[in-house]
Amino acid sequence: MNQTIAVEVSDLTVAYQSKPVLWDVDLIVPQGVLMAIVGPNGAGKTTLLKAILGLVPVAAGQVRIFGKSLAEQRHLVSYVPQRGSVDWDFPTTVLDVVLMGLYRSIGWIRRPNKEHRRKALEALEKVGMAAFAHRQISQLSGGQQQRVFLARALVQQAELFFMDEPFQGVDATTERAIIALLQELRSKQKTVVVVHHDLQTVPEYFDWVTLINVRRIACGPVQEVFTEKNLRAAYGGRIAFFVERQAEGQK
Amino acid sequence: MRDPTGDAATLWNILTSPTLLTVAAGAAVLGALSGTLGCFAVMRRQSLVGDAVSHAALPGIALVFLLTGTKSSLGLLIGAGIAGWLGMLAVLAITRTTRIPDDTALGVILATFFGLGLMLLTFIQKIPDANQAGLDTYLFGQAATLLREDVMLVSGAACVAFGLLGLFWKELKLVTFDREYARTVGFPVHGLEMLLTVLLVGAIVLGLRTVGVVLMSAMVVAPAAAARQWTNRFSRMVLLAGVFGGLAGTAGAIASSLVRHLPTGPMIVLIATGWAIASLFIGSAHGLAWRWLRMRLLQRKLAEEAVLVNLYELAEAHGDLEHPHGEGAIKALSPPNVSVPKALQVLKKQQLVRESAKGTWALTDKGIAEARNLRSKEGGKA
Repeated sequence: MNQTIAVEVSDLTVAYQSKPVLWDVDLIVPQGVLMAIVGPNGAGKTTLLKAILGLVPVAAGQVRIFGKSLAEQRHLVSYVPQRGSVDWDFPTTVLDVVLMGLYRSIGWIRRPNKEHRRKALEALEKVGMAAFAHRQISQLSGGQQQRVFLARALVQQAELFFMDEPFQGVDATTERAIIALLQELRSKQKTVVVVHHDLQTVPEYFDWVTLINVRRIACGPVQEVFTEKNLRAAYGGRIAFFVERQAEGQK
Repeated sequence: MRDPTGDAATLWNILTSPTLLTVAAGAAVLGALSGTLGCFAVMRRQSLVGDAVSHAALPGIALVFLLTGTKSSLGLLIGAGIAGWLGMLAVLAITRTTRIPDDTALGVILATFFGLGLMLLTFIQKIPDANQAGLDTYLFGQAATLLREDVMLVSGAACVAFGLLGLFWKELKLVTFDREYARTVGFPVHGLEMLLTVLLVGAIVLGLRTVGVVLMSAMVVAPAAAARQWTNRFSRMVLLAGVFGGLAGTAGAIASSLVRHLPTGPMIVLIATGWAIASLFIGSAHGLAWRWLRMRLLQRKLAEEAVLVNLYELAEAHGDLEHPHGEGAIKALSPPNVSVPKALQVLKKQQLVRESAKGTWALTDKGIAEARNLRSKEGGKA
């Protein structure tokens, strides 16, 4: 495996009103892996993502993106927020939202041109949403909303993707589209970090995993760290279904 | 309005009098400015901020007068701006540092500042010899006191505001839609939000003289709410809100000059809010009237289809597809909310059924084909 380090987090601590949400978290994400962040509700998965992206104030610790600070590397980073984080009644079209992914590279004051629109359409094509380009965003289903957000991230041409629960409440078509996209990104040596909540699909979709529950429990290749012992440490006793499934697999 | 038939020349004189032209121009620009900026506030779910800022401005006006004795509009505007800004900061500070939600914080701050303002105004009125006349116009506004200089000031401010909105249009739209994402791609979100807030506070403070602290927030919210009903594009919404705000300002100024004792500020606000309410019903993009109409049309079409299929199935049971049936039999098969006679009349017009005798109906050839078509569609769905 290519040993360039895409993300390095050290001693990261985040607190909301003196209550720790993340405590002294270290992790290393090599370039080119698909990494899942898993952990029980309230474990700080989304907070970890937001802290890496500089969206929440950090009490201590630091984040390096390809060896430099986030401020220097923002152009390499692309963020897919949770669907519910925006108002989908905002009066705009699908194409317009995807174009927002290009705003930074278009630069201040200047407007998107034909070439930008072409790129946005291409990204929509990749997520199977080209036919919806001129649709109002308020008319989309949850899965379609998710794919619009993915297209907006794709069009940025980033090296490193952060996705917050992209599989949450989406239809089968969208799930397949996301998986295909993840694999394409991996084949291009892009690095993807995904907040994920479905333990069963972790070994199938991802090759790297971080288990957290306020503290980091484990971080590494799925086959090495996605073990019953680590899961028990992260989830306590609440992983019965998973243990059974593993037992069946061993038979 | 002594003579209700009116003297055309008098009317013309009123409409072209320099006073009205000044007031109407000032009100139009203010309406356009607050309407435009209101769209950003509304889409960022900060409609109540306008309320906090305008109410919080009152003690600022009173304090500037108490401390300096000035009644120059610029001096009072600065006082209003600082107090309004402080009020808004207080709301933000409360929501960030405590568990009090923002609407509660707004309510508390608004009442505190407004109460302080009223107290100071009353205090000023009790001071002997103080030339306080006119300060209370800030409460409900008095557009008639707008001077040419005021209109120039407002127009200048509006030019700056519109220029900045145009220049940073795409950045401001992004921040309004998805501020976190805007931060991750590296836009200075705090700066852009600051720009929007400064412009909004400026527009509110400028409008206080005309509309008053009590009603000013309506000029921020109403044109935006109205515009939203007419379009699904943010750019058009902002333009429309500007136009609606401007028209409300003009119309309010004209109305109050035509009818004696009609106050301008409340008139402007009533026109703006009245239009917003009307737009909720008739707005081309989201109007309730259209939604209701579409629903009715759909219901009627479904009822007609149901009647046609029922007639087909009745006839099929007779082994003769053209066998006629009475309205009663058809009614018995149809849901109670379907008006069978009406549906039959429509089907007759489309030549799908014919009235074989009074109150007895049979399918035409075309009707048989259509009924089969509908049944196969239903079958396909099931």
